[in-house]
Amino acid sequence: MKRQLRLDIVHRRDVLLGAAGAAAFISLLAMGGKASAQENVPTAADLLKSIHGDAKPTEARINVDLPEIAENGNTVPFGIVVESPMTGTDYVKAIHVVATGNPRPEVATFLLTPDSGKAAISSRMRLGKTQDIIVVAEMSDGKFYMGKRAVKVTIGGCGG
Amino acid sequence: MAAKPRIKIPDKAKVGEVIEIKTLIAHVMETGQRKDKDGKPIPRNIIHTFEAKFAGKPVFTAKLFSGTSSNPYIAFFMKVPGPGDLEFLWVDDAGEKVTEKMKLNVA
Repeated sequence: MKRQLRLDIVHRRDVLLGAAGAAAFISLLAMGGKASAQENVPTAADLLKSIHGDAKPTEARINVDLPEIAENGNTVPFGIVVESPMTGTDYVKAIHVVATGNPRPEVATFLLTPDSGKAAISSRMRLGKTQDIIVVAEMSDGKFYMGKRAVKVTIGGCGG
Repeated sequence: MAAKPRIKIPDKAKVGEVIEIKTLIAHVMETGQRKDKDGKPIPRNIIHTFEAKFAGKPVFTAKLFSGTSSNPYIAFFMKVPGPGDLEFLWVDDAGEKVTEKMKLNVA
């Protein structure tokens, strides 16, 4: 009876070790995947290209509200207003926010509808260092508009 | 991400009025860039999607990336089409979802 119990324990430990090994292996694989993905981080230029393709956004109609100097890059409040009637046939479809100097420049993309009533959003972004923020608005007629603001960052906010 | 989100909407609204909706949810928004004290990278876990619907119809969506601050605050506008409920959804990289429903008092 006692021996039987021992065997059971050994078996269970084997199983546990096996499971732990498998888990470690899987997480290694996952890390490998992440690492290779990190090598393919799109630059701000790639990102902007993926947003508006070959179209050249006009620098107009966008008001970007950002502090000139951000003391804490971890949380920089921003507001964006795009001039648009926001009707069923003429509205802002998307507002893309790109932090050109961040290790990963994507901040957020806001998707609007004619029901939005007003093309305005506010949120908070992380800024790793002093840099330009580019906002691209995609209109329902396929046109693109752009706004740009420079922000000085005293303490970077990208961890590490 | 179990914390209850905070949402601010006007107490009352009229049909056709454009109202601002402010939302805030507690979330670490781990960028995937940081390393723990053993030098191992901390996997990314951010809220990647926020959605707002009114009376079942999508009004506003935000796709968030690592450049959005922790405890994401998102404010947006909506033109009140009539009476109905506002529904909110947050989804993070771990697949966790938080939903919230609020009635809009339409006068």
